[in-house]
Amino acid sequence: MSFQSKSRIVNWIEYRLPIFSFLNHTVGTEYPMPKNLNYWWNFGSIAGIALVIQILTGIVLAMHFTPDSRLAFDSVEQIMRNVNYGWLLRYLHANGASMFFLAVYIHMFRGLYYGSYKAPRELLWWIGLVIFLLMMAAAFMGYVLPWGQMSFWAATVITSLFSAVPVVGDTLVSWLWGGFTVDNPTLKRFFSLHYVIPFVIAGLVVLHIWALHVHKSNNPLGIDIKGPQDTIPFHPYYTVKDMFGFGVFFILLALFVFYAPNMLLATDNYIPANPMVTPPHIVPEWYFLPYYAILRAVPDKLGGVVAMFGAIAILFVLPWLDTSRVRSARFRPIYRQFFWIFVADSILLGYVGANPPEGGFILLGQIGTVYYFLHFLVIMPLVGWFERPKPLPVSIAEPVLSGAAAGSGKE
Amino acid sequence: MATTQGEAAAGRSRRDFLYLATGALGAAGAAAAAWPFVDQMNPSADVLALSSTEVDLSGIPVGSAITVVWRGKPVFVRHRSEDEIAAAQRDDNADLKDPQRDADRVQRPEWLVMIGVCTHLGCVPVGESGDFGGWFCPCHGSHYDTSGRIRRGPAPENLWIPEYAFIDDATVRIG
Amino acid sequence: MRKQFLPALIAAAVFALALAPVVPVRAAEEAEPPASDWPHKGPFGTFDRAALQRGFQVYREVCAACHSLRFVAFRNLTEIGFTTGQVKAIADNWDYAVATLDAEGEPTERQPLPSDQLVPPFPNAAAARAANGGANPPDLSLIVKARGGGEDYIKALLTGYADPPEGVELGDGLSYNRYFPGHQIAMPPPLGEDAVEYADGTPATTEQMADDVVSFLAWAAEPTLEARKRMGFKVVSFLVVLTTLLFFVMRRVWADQH
Repeated sequence: MSFQSKSRIVNWIEYRLPIFSFLNHTVGTEYPMPKNLNYWWNFGSIAGIALVIQILTGIVLAMHFTPDSRLAFDSVEQIMRNVNYGWLLRYLHANGASMFFLAVYIHMFRGLYYGSYKAPRELLWWIGLVIFLLMMAAAFMGYVLPWGQMSFWAATVITSLFSAVPVVGDTLVSWLWGGFTVDNPTLKRFFSLHYVIPFVIAGLVVLHIWALHVHKSNNPLGIDIKGPQDTIPFHPYYTVKDMFGFGVFFILLALFVFYAPNMLLATDNYIPANPMVTPPHIVPEWYFLPYYAILRAVPDKLGGVVAMFGAIAILFVLPWLDTSRVRSARFRPIYRQFFWIFVADSILLGYVGANPPEGGFILLGQIGTVYYFLHFLVIMPLVGWFERPKPLPVSIAEPVLSGAAAGSGKE
Repeated sequence: MATTQGEAAAGRSRRDFLYLATGALGAAGAAAAAWPFVDQMNPSADVLALSSTEVDLSGIPVGSAITVVWRGKPVFVRHRSEDEIAAAQRDDNADLKDPQRDADRVQRPEWLVMIGVCTHLGCVPVGESGDFGGWFCPCHGSHYDTSGRIRRGPAPENLWIPEYAFIDDATVRIG
Repeated sequence: MRKQFLPALIAAAVFALALAPVVPVRAAEEAEPPASDWPHKGPFGTFDRAALQRGFQVYREVCAACHSLRFVAFRNLTEIGFTTGQVKAIADNWDYAVATLDAEGEPTERQPLPSDQLVPPFPNAAAARAANGGANPPDLSLIVKARGGGEDYIKALLTGYADPPEGVELGDGLSYNRYFPGHQIAMPPPLGEDAVEYADGTPATTEQMADDVVSFLAWAAEPTLEARKRMGFKVVSFLVVLTTLLFFVMRRVWADQH
């Protein structure tokens, strides 16, 4: 269906490159969205705008940063003190990363609650997980770049993990390092990779949205779209709702950037890297803390690495671990409670990850880790089989019309 | 009905105003947000910080010159002879593309301090060459006289004079 | 939509609480540094320029003997209220010279210019250790941001020297400090009554000097603090207004759906 406009210029372009009808069908008035989405559905676009912010601030920061171990720390201070608005760009980039992960975690938890990973959206879920993995790689490498104490030692700890790989472990690590320890070659390659990964992520986001557009968005009821009575066009309803979401997101980001820019950053990173002195507490950024806790919960080095990667790998098989035929937790009274326990467990693991592996934290970390895997491997399959879900509404439009089913149960 | 139509029209214009106000505010915000990304490419504070170069004049005999680096550019410091000064002053009223008196180009007549960058397209002119006893730019054939003024060739202006000051008789600070 | 706000609020509260442990855990053995009211703290905080200038005097006369401040340039001192003439004089009278090369390529020295960074007392870490019994006095440009306790900790450290308690054996050349991790610090007490004579006549008590030098170091660590908070006020106010407008636009657009 070609796009007829009153503007001759638009028609001229459209005839040669149908960009306007393309936009219309993907984010415009011709793209159908469920009419009942709530605010938990804002976080996909928020993650998207966070990626844009990271790329824009990252590109301009790269104009001033020097990826050499002798100069990197100083070049960051040069940005903070001498480059026009350098402090703003740096704080935006550092805190923007945290906001990006916050948005993505909420986005993922939304998926867990409403069953967005279930058929036919398994591939959409997988692409999202790959994006998540790449985000973690990019964030990890980005943190190394300022070459502070935490940059250096976090890099040392995490790259050393790979020595746990049997047979080739040590060769693998020295290959990653480009030497016998984390040093200049490591910094240089991390800079190159850190710069390129966000663009790979952007490409995957395109795939992610393409996959999404095949079967359209899930919705809080978890039931399929039956017809046009269940949908409203993306524009103007969700364009405007997304913009409101952006506004709230920007306020939160601004509060951090302008009033608490260093709250989420380790103070040790304001000390230049010193290979001779290890900081008393090596702590990763908050968004890695749960995985850090899982890593340390297993006493065996290889076991810890396997558990940590396993914690993410298990998400790939989630569509098959969850045996329920009902998508949305709104109609799954048992699963819903386990979902919130899982949220609490994730936060508990984060708390454990922030603290040294001593005393009560060791047991807490082990309990949290065991429960994490229990949730996916045992609870989800069993709950799916034995749970009696609440009756699903007939359609998305029906609860709106009748009003009765709409009031069923809290979130 | 006229009333509902009127109300509808009023409602439309209220809605339009809301959209207009929000859109305008959003656009202004986007422009303001774009500025730091543009401005960060402007020279940073350390580059702008007035950097000076001090030149020791005692080692420059009459009739010779040295080239120093100031802010990344070459600066000619020439100890002019009596003949060169006389020639420069004599040509004050000659047909100059960029009229300027020699006395306005030097603080002390025997010391000529100029940025050694051709005002045409930026090459470094060669000293003691050209048809006017001064400098010659080999890139496109500009001739400068003993006061550094453009006499022939495509350059539009005389060689630029930087800010400088004599600290004492043997030292000058450029910048 | 109201139903989503409660879990959202709970999630936000949990997230905020979860952030608390991200603040570095300080070992329980050291005393907690007492909190002070720093004028530059808070969303509308600004630096007290008089305190910054006094603090610079303390740094120059007491600390600069051992500690560098390499990320601050002489010209930056105009930001704390010195004139360009005063900055020139400070640079001309600086105790340490800039290493450079002469016309023959031989190493030589020159007095710093305003465009130079503050010249450190020692040319490198090895020289610093040799002059300080094996300990390397850290650069102070970022010290306030590099220590978990921030300004309060630095001030407590400077004023927290005491006699070692019963049974504690002091190592060679070390002093007992109530707030330093491990309690034994290589730096001898730097501040004593009237260690400097303030140019503005303020009595130079130990507490006053500690306050002033910490304020100065806070500025040195974050010279753009005031610009940041000023811009923050404008940006957040603007965003609140814009987001509110967007909320009403959204309600208007969605009016036919409810």
